[in-house]
Amino acid sequence: MNWRTFYALLARDGHVARRNLLPMLLQNLLQPLLLTFVFGRILTTSGMMKGEFKNVLLPGVMAISMVLSGVQAVAMPLITEFQFTREIEDRLLAPIENGWLAVEKIVAGMIQALVAGLVVIPAAWLTMGSGVNISFRNPLEFAAVCLLVALLSSAGGLALGCSVGQTQIGLMFSLILAPMMMFGCAYYPWSALASFRVLQWAVLVNPLVYASEGLRGALAPQVPHIALWIVLSALAVLDAALLVLGLKKFQKKAVS
Amino acid sequence: MGIGIRIEDLHKVYTSPPPSAARGAGFSFVSQRSPGTKEKKKKFEVVALGGISLEIRAGEVFGLLGPNGAGKSTTIGILTTRTQPTKGRAFIGEYDVWKQQVLAKRLIGVVPQRPNLDFALTAREILLFHGAYFGQGARERERRAQELLEKFQLTDRADHMVRTFSGGMMQRLSIARAMAHDPEVLFLDEPSAGLDPQTRLLLWDIIRDYHRLGKTIVITTHYMDEADSLCERLAIIDHGRIIAQGTPRELKSSIPGGYLLRLRFDRAPEELLAEFRKLPGVSEVRTADHVAADVYADRGGPLIGPIVTTAQAAGVELHDVHISEPSLETLFLHHTGRSLRN
Repeated sequence: MNWRTFYALLARDGHVARRNLLPMLLQNLLQPLLLTFVFGRILTTSGMMKGEFKNVLLPGVMAISMVLSGVQAVAMPLITEFQFTREIEDRLLAPIENGWLAVEKIVAGMIQALVAGLVVIPAAWLTMGSGVNISFRNPLEFAAVCLLVALLSSAGGLALGCSVGQTQIGLMFSLILAPMMMFGCAYYPWSALASFRVLQWAVLVNPLVYASEGLRGALAPQVPHIALWIVLSALAVLDAALLVLGLKKFQKKAVS
Repeated sequence: MGIGIRIEDLHKVYTSPPPSAARGAGFSFVSQRSPGTKEKKKKFEVVALGGISLEIRAGEVFGLLGPNGAGKSTTIGILTTRTQPTKGRAFIGEYDVWKQQVLAKRLIGVVPQRPNLDFALTAREILLFHGAYFGQGARERERRAQELLEKFQLTDRADHMVRTFSGGMMQRLSIARAMAHDPEVLFLDEPSAGLDPQTRLLLWDIIRDYHRLGKTIVITTHYMDEADSLCERLAIIDHGRIIAQGTPRELKSSIPGGYLLRLRFDRAPEELLAEFRKLPGVSEVRTADHVAADVYADRGGPLIGPIVTTAQAAGVELHDVHISEPSLETLFLHHTGRSLRN
């Protein structure tokens, strides 16, 4: 392991991310904020939804932002760089094992996911106005969930980025990411699916469910949520699985 | 110091399309085979290298010459850790390229066939980050980047994003990048493809300069003049095998006669070819289709008269004559029966 090279690779990704900061923020924040405004402000202020819904929504929106930005931060550049131009080649020729380049991508993705998640909290809070009741009484629990969700999103991004071709990016969004967001318990707690038994069990394959429920448990424990130990174990298992899958696919894609 | 290269019985069979080829659509984790069909899909298999052994000496300029698809890029791909050999081994210095990748990568610089520059960066940033990947300190890489930008005449565009660059500029920057960490071995895969003649001469000068520092340089090309004027030794590759190797001079002198006269007739019966073989200075006469004939001889123009006379005497009409002086092109033709450019 060559730390200087690893750090230089990370510095390169940081440099590119800073250069694209504004479009990136818009891309990752606009949609959640619009959602927050419509569901958390308009519908609650007009009385069509209870004020308590704000506390259901905020952790969910944060989960969506983290997952989307982590996946995009890793997958999108990889898809481009592995295409015809093979832009990634100069980094594959850097004096470090190919696997560490994938790890570097994951670390960079995690940082972006964490930043996106942390930015959403105040932004969504402001958008929703008064009546938000979230707590930071369990900082360790919150940190653990955040880290596992960040790893989930960037490892998922690695696996997706090494599996999807440039022509299927649209398909990736509509076939994988859109259903994931709708059935990710971001806009409702998992317990709200109780009257849809089959669906309630089926959505458990969706990693976003654990991200939403975990953040809900950490930030708004008064809202019903899946128990912390289940969330943490599920996230750990999914993280490990996506990590192994992503690294394997990356190694395969890195050499011909 | 100088680092040599050794290749032992290298084989490469691609079982999926190589990365440079257009990849088809479809998620790769979705099986595309329809279930129930008993007949197995024909397996994709391309033999790119069929057992190549080679020794490149430390500090020499070595050329791999051959037509497109001969296996040149695959050889470079294996030597630069980018392609996994199916069989055989390759060494850069003492390091096994596949097993000791990181150590091998430290020694090499690579100019790919198509520029693969980092499109998210400017020209200067590409050189700076490249230096950083190889552990250069901040001041060192800044000095080196500036030096290379000047040398490759890129200073006025140094802080522009490379996606706006022309093909020639990208190629120059690719070469600058490959040299940025001062590698002991420099690989250039078709470096002058797509360059204008002027830039090509600049490139040759730069390669010669770099060679003077005692570096080993490996070039692939299908330009005869490039191989002829740059390389100290050459291997001619065709269909994944080495068909000849040596210095350009040795290779050229190995062609029987040296001159090649390509003749076309309305017909070329065996008796006529036999007559040609008797002409003074002719060492070999070949035909593939009894219309055209390749005459290898130690002279060119002076043979035309006797050839015309002989043909007329046999009642055969001569349609076309082409004389090639001793060259690697002729050599390639001699060994493969095909021209390099086909």
